[in-house]
Amino acid sequence: MIPSREQALGMLRAMVRVRRLEERCAEDYAAAKIRGFLHLYIGQEAIAAGVLPALGAADSVVATYREHGHALLRGLPARAIMAEMYGRSGGCSRGRGGSMHLFSREHRFFGGHGIVGAGLPVAIGLALADKLLGTRGVTCVFFGEGASAEGEFHESLNLASLWRLPVLFVCENNLYAMGTALARSEAEPEIHKKAAVHRIGSEVVDGMDVAAVTEAASQAIDRVRETGAPWFLECLAYRFRAHSMFDPELYRDRSEVETWRTRDPITQLVSRMAGAIMPEDIAAIEAEAAAEIADACAFADASPLEPVEDLLLDVRAP
Amino acid sequence: MKLTYRDAVRDALREALRADPRVILVGVDIGAYGGTYAATRGLLAELGPERVRDAPLAESAFVGAGVGAALGGLKPIVEIMTVNFSLLALDQIVNGAATLRHMSGGQLEVPLVIRMATGAGRQLAAQHSHSFENWFAHVPGLRVVAPATVADARGMLATALRERDPVVIFEHVQLYGIEDDIEPAPVDLDRAAVRRVGTDATIVTYGGSLPRALAAADLLAAAGTSAEVIDLRTLRPLDTETVLASVARTHRAVIVDEGWRTGSLAGEVAAIIGERAFWSLDAPVGRVCSAEVPMPYAKHLELAALPSAEAIVAAVTAVLHA
Ligand SMILES: Cc1ncc(C[n+]2csc(CCOP(=O)(O)OP(=O)(O)O)c2C)c(N)n1
Repeated sequence: MIPSREQALGMLRAMVRVRRLEERCAEDYAAAKIRGFLHLYIGQEAIAAGVLPALGAADSVVATYREHGHALLRGLPARAIMAEMYGRSGGCSRGRGGSMHLFSREHRFFGGHGIVGAGLPVAIGLALADKLLGTRGVTCVFFGEGASAEGEFHESLNLASLWRLPVLFVCENNLYAMGTALARSEAEPEIHKKAAVHRIGSEVVDGMDVAAVTEAASQAIDRVRETGAPWFLECLAYRFRAHSMFDPELYRDRSEVETWRTRDPITQLVSRMAGAIMPEDIAAIEAEAAAEIADACAFADASPLEPVEDLLLDVRAP
Repeated sequence: MKLTYRDAVRDALREALRADPRVILVGVDIGAYGGTYAATRGLLAELGPERVRDAPLAESAFVGAGVGAALGGLKPIVEIMTVNFSLLALDQIVNGAATLRHMSGGQLEVPLVIRMATGAGRQLAAQHSHSFENWFAHVPGLRVVAPATVADARGMLATALRERDPVVIFEHVQLYGIEDDIEPAPVDLDRAAVRRVGTDATIVTYGGSLPRALAAADLLAAAGTSAEVIDLRTLRPLDTETVLASVARTHRAVIVDEGWRTGSLAGEVAAIIGERAFWSLDAPVGRVCSAEVPMPYAKHLELAALPSAEAIVAAVTAVLHA
């Protein structure tokens, strides 16, 4: 698919917002404003930017600990995300979750899960609720290829298919689960084939190509909504940064990373759409993103810490 | 109305399903098979496969689906055959259901009820007989209940369904057959119950150990000792006030717990008594727990491993003469 100028600008804006937000997170991490684990999405932005805009407000999203981009593109305000990173009460989880646990009931953004594979069953249940309540909602669950080695992955695919549930599985295959390369963890490295075993239809898409992801995702979401049956989208991608801020990256060569960087989803889109996307468009998008992030960080800085007296708030059977 | 504990569980489930279309049952062999302990027999025929939903053997996924369904607006009641198999779903319960309300800053609610059988006494050996109630009672964010009577089995489910948090219900396998004459009534999930009033010592227990504790109290009474028996009913949060008030009167306490002693609920209750009733004690707190051994198959060994009425009598006698 060749996107229109407007579509291309939308895709670019989405990816730039996520990229710049996360670059700021990395800086703030170095400055010790953000602590704990921080898993950057840099390199994989085309996937969130391709999938999330295709969902409706009544649909549900479940993601992993590498979810800042998904949250932002689902509509959570950058302010609430940054305040969460800083551990402030203005954060989308009041500062109790941090980077790995962004939530917004209002946006039907159900995490932010830190246990590999654990979001999948939750997505099954959300879809079961939609089916039984007759809402026509679709649940979209994101996970890495590493999660496909977990039993819960197979249990969840089986349930989705057996119970015919409206779930879109989005596997973000970035070739590494922490330091474990795909071929070292999977006897069947083509993850979508695992969906076929459970009789779930699938498509493999270039996850570095935002237009391709957009097209595949919107078709997949329409299909899930129409049929009520699950679908599996495997997006082939690469993360440019370390797994988390603690990772010395001993398991891959710099040259491999550099090769993949030539396929950066942002520069790829810009060069492919040269002529439609103008330098002044890029400048405007960059300026908007910079302003949004500056505003978000200022908000987060000013946001108070949750009072210690509220420590036990929301634990109702202490 | 004369009911067995099993009937009471089934009536409560049926009532919940009829009262609210958002209530669904999910579990292995709850439908066509009728429930491992027959607690759901007949419900599939009455309410259909959408709402009485047989699940494949995927404890983690169907418990996690219960979490998601609760987030999505249903009121799921998930049955796990026994607590032994719940270990395959612990992540979804402990890292998932229990954390979401607090970790989301109070935005998310998981009104999920998880029922499971627990306990020994049927010669099922070491992978089908254990009591892990304390593992769950350890976890903030969960509410844990153990109905020990027919009336509680009948009434606790409705109260649990009114909760907006995950509730884990433990049904002891030895209790399904007990019978009582009851009127269905709502059950308070916050208070322990004094099952027998006494003056000389307090026996604190829960779940499947209640009948043994009451039998011990009968034996003690025959020997001239008046034992009070407290049924905790709710294992999290613990109703410490009822326990402390009793100990303040009797000055002696024995805790009976089918779990292993090390790290047990009995240890928690003993610690609470030690912290808050130390000066009213006339003797060290006693504990009667299961022997620290994987539950054996042979009947005589299984009986030897479990708390017995005789062991409870001995423990109470010991604190009386300390
Ligand atoms: C059950 C579990 N095991 C291990 C971990 C530690 N861990 C966090 S992320 C990760 C790698 C997961 O890889 P993948 O699913 O491919 O996602 P990616 O991180 O590449 O996005 C591991 C092993 C965990 N969080 N949960």
